[in-house]
Amino acid sequence: MSRFRLASKGYARSTAGDVIIFLILGGAAIFMSLPLVYAICQAFKPLNELFIFPPQFFPRHPTLDNFSDLFLLMAQSWVPITRYLFNSLFIVIMGTAGNVLFGSLCAYALAKHNFPGKRLINNLILFSLMFAGSVLVIPHYLTMAYLNWINSYAAIIVPAWAATLGVYLMRNFIDHMVHESLLESARIDGASEFDCYWRITMPIVKPAWLTLIILSFQNLWGEQGGMFLYAEELKPLPYALSQIIGGGVGRAGVAAAVTVILMIVPITVFIINQTQIVQTMGTSGIAGE
Amino acid sequence: MSATISEPKVAVDAQVAQPKQGRLRTLWESMKENKVSYLFVGPFVILFTIFVVIPILISIGLSFTYFNMVQPPSWVGWGNYLTLFLEDEIFLIAVKNTLFFAAITGPVSYILCFVFAWLINELKPKLRAFLTLLFYAPSISANAFMIWTVMFSGDAYGYINGILLYWGIIDKPIQWLQDPTYMMGIVILVVLWMSLGVSFLTFIAGLQGIDNTLYEAGAIDGVRNRWQELWYITLPSMKNHLMFGAIISITNSFAAAGQLQALTGATPTDWATWTIMQHVNDYGYVRYEMGYASAMAVLLFITMVVVQRLVQRLLAKLD
Repeated sequence: MSRFRLASKGYARSTAGDVIIFLILGGAAIFMSLPLVYAICQAFKPLNELFIFPPQFFPRHPTLDNFSDLFLLMAQSWVPITRYLFNSLFIVIMGTAGNVLFGSLCAYALAKHNFPGKRLINNLILFSLMFAGSVLVIPHYLTMAYLNWINSYAAIIVPAWAATLGVYLMRNFIDHMVHESLLESARIDGASEFDCYWRITMPIVKPAWLTLIILSFQNLWGEQGGMFLYAEELKPLPYALSQIIGGGVGRAGVAAAVTVILMIVPITVFIINQTQIVQTMGTSGIAGE
Repeated sequence: MSATISEPKVAVDAQVAQPKQGRLRTLWESMKENKVSYLFVGPFVILFTIFVVIPILISIGLSFTYFNMVQPPSWVGWGNYLTLFLEDEIFLIAVKNTLFFAAITGPVSYILCFVFAWLINELKPKLRAFLTLLFYAPSISANAFMIWTVMFSGDAYGYINGILLYWGIIDKPIQWLQDPTYMMGIVILVVLWMSLGVSFLTFIAGLQGIDNTLYEAGAIDGVRNRWQELWYITLPSMKNHLMFGAIISITNSFAAAGQLQALTGATPTDWATWTIMQHVNDYGYVRYEMGYASAMAVLLFITMVVVQRLVQRLLAKLD
């Protein structure tokens, strides 16, 4: 925790340095958040203000019309919009859970065990990160067709479990944060390898899997189903919303509302996770004193 | 690869020179000895093989064929690769653009991610969580960057044009996203704006994970200011994460396509923002020439691996 860390530092930090850092962060924060604030402002503008000249940043007469229009359009959808929402949540939760579980299991062995084939797996994971995903779509499709998974949630969820980014990330953190001596003493006390993984390693690397949850969640939340989900009642929410805003200029206000609504869920998950990261660090910092 | 390895048994076994039969047996013995490890890696490795490794191998194979997704692939040997360099002028433009784009966005985004993570890490927890959200927010929403198309819209309704016209700096709207003078610059700006993503979050988590006792020991050993602390303690402890971030930067910058296409359209003026990845997608999904598209993907892959090796060598000097 920073309070402990700052207190433990045995040297003075220059005030000028602090001021400069503060200015850089403040300026950058404004630049980074500007387009997001803009997106939110757009969503609350009446249609005529969206096309005003010269363009205005903030809405002059804020309105909820865009949102009520959107809900009206959603209500007309012949597959209930809640079904799309369920599809999205199901895919996101199952996909993320499997990704974290299988990824961290594998990462634990890669970081803390030594066995024939380990280097090969490590290298394959590293290299696969650098192969352009979009040429893999066809082989991927063929695999799905062979497995008879086209038009099922599995076509999206199961490949998400094989996402390599997570393993690589978890392996780095386990390698770096979990000390061998800790595992050794647990083994002497009779802990099984699974205990070492589940009860010792996972709590220590909580920041890593919280980060992985954010990444995986975000990836799958944007999922539109593409060529793998044909049936309308299996399509995820972003697909349904993109259909609604496909209606041209007249739907500009609704489109702005959609942008905001699609952002709310990942941002909420992000905030919960980041506060968790801060909290874990707080406790483990004290425990380490 | 990993720094701490407990049982050196396997390594010792492998070093002992033995006849082939014996070596296989030793390998089998040590595999049996480590069967718990295989239970751990098993589920992921099976999934990874089916959904990642095999598709990649198929795609490498296809790169030596002509495959239009209707007829079965026919073998053309190095034909696709030769066509790419000898006949496809747009590909060569794409190569030039990609290298330029990657040379700027790769290192800059990497440094931005680290610098901001490092600066934010010094703050109090609540402020840190809030700023992390602000910096990360552009990557959180899949299409937040589309705001920039409104900003840089070519008509008088675009924000930048609107303001410049209003102030009298220009007297007619500039076609920001159609004029090759500005296109690449704007695209780079937007991509950098979105670049505080995966690596940024990893760096923050990584900085949080550095053992406090290292800093205490450093202070005793005579670390006098934050630069020395950064150089002698923080960076060496972050080596794993720095390599991870480098790979993310390399893949993002060399394989960029989506954002560029969304900003400057499917057929940018003079191909000014056309990248290899866009060329891949064009051949793969518009023209259905999977063999040709795969050949480009293989070349791109080799480029990235070479760059990654170089970066790894650079990072190895951090000790």
